Amino acid sequence: MTYLYSFFFVGFVCLLGQIILDNTKLTAGHITSLFVVLGAFLDTFSIYDEIIKYVGGGALVPITSFGHSLIHGALAKANDLGGIGLVVGMFDLTAAGITSAIIFTFIFAMIFKPKD
Amino acid sequence: MEKTDYKKIVDKYKAKENRVKNGIVAFVVGGLIGVLAEFLIQIYSYFLDISTRDASVFMIVTLIFVSSLFTALGFFDKIVTFARCGLIIPITGFAHSMTSAGLEYKKEGLVYGIGSNIFKLAGSVILYGVVSAWFFGMIRYFLFGGV
Repeated sequence: MTYLYSFFFVGFVCLLGQIILDNTKLTAGHITSLFVVLGAFLDTFSIYDEIIKYVGGGALVPITSFGHSLIHGALAKANDLGGIGLVVGMFDLTAAGITSAIIFTFIFAMIFKPKD
Repeated sequence: MEKTDYKKIVDKYKAKENRVKNGIVAFVVGGLIGVLAEFLIQIYSYFLDISTRDASVFMIVTLIFVSSLFTALGFFDKIVTFARCGLIIPITGFAHSMTSAGLEYKKEGLVYGIGSNIFKLAGSVILYGVVSAWFFGMIRYFLFGGV
């Protein structure tokens, strides 16, 4: 059942992005930025946590989950350290994604030649 | 020639984008990425005997690796052009934008080429993600009392 929920949730988010892309002048960069902010906003009221609980792994894939992970790590640290924790813990949960993206990008950019 | 006439002619020859088809493709491709993610989490947590939380980190890294490699091999661009938001909205789009920027600016050198441009597209995601997470985090921490 989680597979079905994952399919529909990620599909729905992508469809939403595609509708915005096709019907407005916003580019892909605008939309991804918008969706990250949306993810952080939804987590302000723990809505995204509920979505992850129901949808499972699928909810971690869209870029909205990036915003959710940022605010989640920040709040978890803020619980321990106070207000400064928001700054300390910001990248706690997204570190794996950002670090691996940087490392793979560097390695592949070294090895491969751009195709044109 | 009048401007309106010109516009009519341009519109006539402009490639018509089928919005319904684009939407369906984005929905299905995005959905399949979601299913793949869930599948990878199940596989990793079963075979490596780790918690779902750790398995989801493995899943994210796997997706980033695959999309980064496919971008470097050259054929991911075509799939992205076809699936649009189906691949841009998931984390695959993040890795794709970084790797394609890295490859594109490789010729300008290691520092001012790859170094400066790797976050050219992904940078806005990180910037607005951090700013909004900080802002909403402040609201939640100080007004609603933290987690």
